[in-house]
Amino acid sequence: MTANSETQPRARRIAVMFATLLLFWVMLMGRVTADVLIVGVMVSLAIALLFPSGLSFFTEFRATPKAFAAGIRYYGLFFKELVKSNLKLAAIVLSPSLPIKPGIVKVRTRLKSRMGRLMLANSISLTPGTLTVEMEGEWLYVHWVSVGSTDVEGATAEIVAGFERYLEVIYG
Amino acid sequence: MTSLLYLLGGILLVAGAVFLLSGGIGLVRMPDAYNRIQAGTKATTLGTLLTLAGVACLRPDWALKLLLIGLFLLFTNPLSSQVLARAAHRVGVKQAPQTVIDRLEEDLGEKP
Repeated sequence: MTANSETQPRARRIAVMFATLLLFWVMLMGRVTADVLIVGVMVSLAIALLFPSGLSFFTEFRATPKAFAAGIRYYGLFFKELVKSNLKLAAIVLSPSLPIKPGIVKVRTRLKSRMGRLMLANSISLTPGTLTVEMEGEWLYVHWVSVGSTDVEGATAEIVAGFERYLEVIYG
Repeated sequence: MTSLLYLLGGILLVAGAVFLLSGGIGLVRMPDAYNRIQAGTKATTLGTLLTLAGVACLRPDWALKLLLIGLFLLFTNPLSSQVLARAAHRVGVKQAPQTVIDRLEEDLGEKP
């Protein structure tokens, strides 16, 4: 656990967890009626009380207008990168010579929160030719299908920087 | 309007299938476990998302549930491949001969 999550009051974490669970439950049922709500509230509350330190979608989310704007921009960038990575990988896979240059590089992140780091690792795994293999504190070990630069600074600039700019604002 | 949605849904389904196919070919052609995981993760994520979007166009009343499935997929897919890659590295699965660098192995070697 990082310092960031410790400073958040327990009640707030439980409330966030409860709200997220209830939202997913209502979405899953697809209707808002009394019986659905009663069951949802009971189960969500029980889970939120039992696992207050669990990660959920909005854990450590900074509810400011700036964070929302950054969130939208982040998803825009994310889907653009996802499509780009798929086209690139399809091109590599379909070319007869299989032009890969794989390797595991080390990058560093400035993000402090657990959720921010989770989102960063996930984003890296889904974007051009990179896959997070191991995480140790601020260091991420990333498998790269076509290695661009092998030193820490160069790899960080190429892999991490784009997402980190937005995630820093959203989660810190 | 309905026929337009049907057309869009069909196009999305085909696009999703094409990406899934490229992922499948990647699984066969890539030289080692790590590169195979890469091919598998990315192609299946986008392929499945496009397929779900296509289904949402054909059956708009399912859209909310499909969105939920997409969200869970977006979160769990990279996580599972990361855990697979880490497990592979920990048990020492060999990398392809083309591999140029392995910083993780270097750092593990330094530690007692």
